[in-house]
Amino acid sequence: MSSNSTTGGTSTVSAGGLPSRRNTELGLLVFAVVIPVFAYANVGLAKNGTLPAGMIGYGLGLGLLAGVAHLLVRKFAPYADPLILPICTLLNGLGLVLIWRLDQEPGVRPENAAPGQLMWSALGVALFLAVLVFLKDHRILQRYTYISMAVALVLLALPMFFPPVNGAKIWVTIPGVGSLQPGEFAKIVITVFFAGYLMVKRDALALASRRFMGLYLPRGRDLGPILAIWALSLMILVFETDLGTSLLFFGMFVVMLYVATERTSWVLFGLLLSAAGAVVVASTTTHVQDRVDNWLNPLQLGANGGVTETAQVMYSFGSGGLFGSGLGEGFTRLIGGIAVKSDYILATVGEELGLTGMMAILVLYGLLIERGIRTALAARDPFGKLLAVGLSGAFAIQVFVVAGGVTALIPLTGMTMPFLAQGGSSVIANWALFAILLRISDTARRPAPAPAPNPDVEMTQVVRS
Amino acid sequence: MSELTLTVMRLGFLAVLWLFVIVAVQVIRSDLFGTRVTQRTGAQARRAPDRPQARPQQQSTGGGRGGRGRRGAPTKLVVTEGSLTGTTVALQGQTISLGRAHDSTIVLDDDYASSRHARIYPDRDGQWIVEDLGSTNGTYLDRSRLTTPTPIPPGAPLRIGKTVIELRK
Repeated sequence: MSSNSTTGGTSTVSAGGLPSRRNTELGLLVFAVVIPVFAYANVGLAKNGTLPAGMIGYGLGLGLLAGVAHLLVRKFAPYADPLILPICTLLNGLGLVLIWRLDQEPGVRPENAAPGQLMWSALGVALFLAVLVFLKDHRILQRYTYISMAVALVLLALPMFFPPVNGAKIWVTIPGVGSLQPGEFAKIVITVFFAGYLMVKRDALALASRRFMGLYLPRGRDLGPILAIWALSLMILVFETDLGTSLLFFGMFVVMLYVATERTSWVLFGLLLSAAGAVVVASTTTHVQDRVDNWLNPLQLGANGGVTETAQVMYSFGSGGLFGSGLGEGFTRLIGGIAVKSDYILATVGEELGLTGMMAILVLYGLLIERGIRTALAARDPFGKLLAVGLSGAFAIQVFVVAGGVTALIPLTGMTMPFLAQGGSSVIANWALFAILLRISDTARRPAPAPAPNPDVEMTQVVRS
Repeated sequence: MSELTLTVMRLGFLAVLWLFVIVAVQVIRSDLFGTRVTQRTGAQARRAPDRPQARPQQQSTGGGRGGRGRRGAPTKLVVTEGSLTGTTVALQGQTISLGRAHDSTIVLDDDYASSRHARIYPDRDGQWIVEDLGSTNGTYLDRSRLTTPTPIPPGAPLRIGKTVIELRK
């Protein structure tokens, strides 16, 4: 295999006969561990003038996680995509550095969050490896189409029974352990359901339609499921006041519907329905109304005489400029509220790394999404295709919703930047998400097993000679 | 720590971050530029006159020794029509199974395909053979329905339901 995996940059990527590219992954992985360590040193030098004491330990910890992950990928998914693991490691490592950097500022709550986040990351990598080891083939998931629907609904409904945190009922608090956001896991489980469901129903959804003014209008009975999902996402919004998750679910369903049926009319329907839903909810729920107000008038003075958090984030982007103030030298601690380390982590990126660094981070997210879509293209079974599109679509929508919210392109929603932001559930769920994508890409790129001895061939030979 | 050192580190970090991005893009460059995009209408028009010439050549090399026959042999299987259009599978001496069953090499999502529809395998000379596995709606090579295992000439369309498959070099 070692001769197989030495690779030049010129090999074409088409299914079969591929180098496994594990050595490429290893090289990139080393790079992806070195960059956060460099950032760590950078923060220490800027804040205290010395290299931080924990640098070696932190670097070794991240390196160990990455090394174990790499070895197990080599063993259990040898033909998996070479880019996904390094980019995830880099983003997670940078997130840890940024959280540790904000820990240095007194008064930024929650205090001392980096060790906890490192633990969550380790758990995330452990789940990533567990999925790779125990999920031998992604097609097994297809058997659990309707079970995953039920599980997703339970996960979504759970937070209703717990008290709201910061105005959103998206948390499940387990005494003594901590709190989890089941919505992050529901995202993956419901993708399995959508993929399994749409694989069966795609023909009915694509073909049975009436043509009206150049659009294919679906039949009422086919419209049922999309309306049900729409109602479900609205219900999440109303009862749990979680704008982000409902947007994510509905957007993901429309993306998968479009991919499964190749009908533009579904996209149009989806946009219309989500616009209608957004207007209705924004005009009735005060929580969402506040967010929309902050988005429309960020410079309006609040009750305490200060500007909104949205405006503060925009100030920090402005202060960062093109090249940023340098790690450890920004003032994002001045952003009010409790979400500097989670929802607003991109503000710290924007101020301390500037537009240049922000673009690099966004390109990294883009590359991850590209690898997901590429996996979908390479997959040889429709279920794998739909699952890969759904998972990378969900990831893309999440990145868009958070980045768009922080940069004031759309109203802010309570979602976390995958890998970068502080928050245990998000890190764990996204590692699991990419484990499934790695599994699909391994199946897609793996060459077929050696030919079995074929009795018919023997017979043909006998006749011919 | 002097201002200069910090500035160098700040810009150095951005440079390293972008270096990672560039290296990552280099790794997948082949994805973006390396794959050959074949235009379907043009390719078919060009292939049509070729076919009569290609066939005798194939037969002459097929009768020769393994080494020579293998050089002219097709290297990949391309799906040219149907829901999997654009999918390629490299031919490396393994048997390729086609059908709706989830464990097929190529999983056909096609109402007219059987779960184990057909298979494509090499015989000893490296000639690729297609065999219908008792499918309901049949496997068609060019226009004729298959009844026995048949060698596939390169470029000949193999039709299963709405899916068309070709072997290419």
